[in-house]
Amino acid sequence: MASPIEQFQIKPIIPVINFTNSSLFMVGAVAVIVGGLMLATRKRAIVPGRAQSVAETLHDFVAGTLRDAAGEEGMKFFPLVFSLFMFVFTANMLGMIPGFFTVTSQVIVTFSLAILVMGTVVIYGLLKHGTHFFGLFVPSGVPVWLLPFIVVIELISFISRPVSLSLRLFANMLAGHIALKVFGGFVAALLGAGGALAILAPLPLFMAVALMALEFLVAALQAYVFTVLTCIYLNDALHPGH
Amino acid sequence: MAQAQTTHAATEAPGGAHEDVGFPPFQTENFPGQVLWLTITFVVLYVLVSKLVLPRLSGIIEHRRQTIAGDLDEAAAMKSRAEEAGVAYEKALSEAKARAQALAQEARSKVSAETEAKRKALEADLGKRLAESDAVIAQKKAEAMTNVRGIAVDTATAIVERLTGKAPAPQAIEAALDQPKA
Repeated sequence: MASPIEQFQIKPIIPVINFTNSSLFMVGAVAVIVGGLMLATRKRAIVPGRAQSVAETLHDFVAGTLRDAAGEEGMKFFPLVFSLFMFVFTANMLGMIPGFFTVTSQVIVTFSLAILVMGTVVIYGLLKHGTHFFGLFVPSGVPVWLLPFIVVIELISFISRPVSLSLRLFANMLAGHIALKVFGGFVAALLGAGGALAILAPLPLFMAVALMALEFLVAALQAYVFTVLTCIYLNDALHPGH
Repeated sequence: MAQAQTTHAATEAPGGAHEDVGFPPFQTENFPGQVLWLTITFVVLYVLVSKLVLPRLSGIIEHRRQTIAGDLDEAAAMKSRAEEAGVAYEKALSEAKARAQALAQEARSKVSAETEAKRKALEADLGKRLAESDAVIAQKKAEAMTNVRGIAVDTATAIVERLTGKAPAPQAIEAALDQPKA
């Protein structure tokens, strides 16, 4: 019986170019996203079919999320936010298929995405607003003697954003997949033990089925949370200062 | 990492030997490769999404929005054309009505003028005949009156003859009759 954490093992496929199972599923996610969306919209129908409706719903959903959080100005980041949402969502969903590798269960992947978001925020904020961008750390209407503390707190909260953004996604995907494997392992172990214990095997199976449903929810929800937070952080780059 | 390793070791114990060590997501030797491929794939995704997928998607949505707006405009134009046609029809109808009324009025006045003329002619004719009748009556009356004198002369002569036994002189009777009535 495999260990619950074996599924997170990186296995080289083409070692020369560092191509691993993780890389394979990143490429797979991009192929699924671009291929799926292009296939869904190939008819460019005025009255959309099912697949085109899904593509348009995804587009409108991400556009609405970004517009609500960062306003019409924020729409210049739409390709980035849409790519992020689709990448995280597709990677999470691909991970739900048994035997598939979950890219987002790798902390380095989620952290890199978080750094991409925060890097965009900082660089765009500095280019657009110059030193005014640092107004982000100086809330207005705070007594002067409190300012040093507030600025330190704001700075820590800003720096912890990529950490929380990446760890939230990573931990959710990791824990969910471990739990699924553990319950699946119970079924196998109970059946293997035979006799009275084998009769109990359906219990963890039901649990695994229920967890599977929960994990689909988590996979979609965490992609959404990642996207919403990205939009909120991008809003800081557009409108620094409280 | 140490804790992760012990967990790993503990969970690995029944599963058999693995040459790798450490909790896979924290194996730093795999980080560069994953960052490299994430960068490659995400850049490819971003380029494809921003150059291919989103232009097409927003093109479809925009095209639909324009089609709907165009259809609505066309419908509004058609509606206003229909309203114009309705107004024109109303106008034509009221013109026709007015013309019909004028024609009817004309016909009526013509007929009544004719009737009036006929009535006048009739009245004139009647008046003439009345006058003629009046003349005849007057003549007859005059004739009758002369007859009355004759009758009176005769009657007076007869009465006087009966009373006196001899016929009076006609001149005396004439004279008596010419006397004004008391």
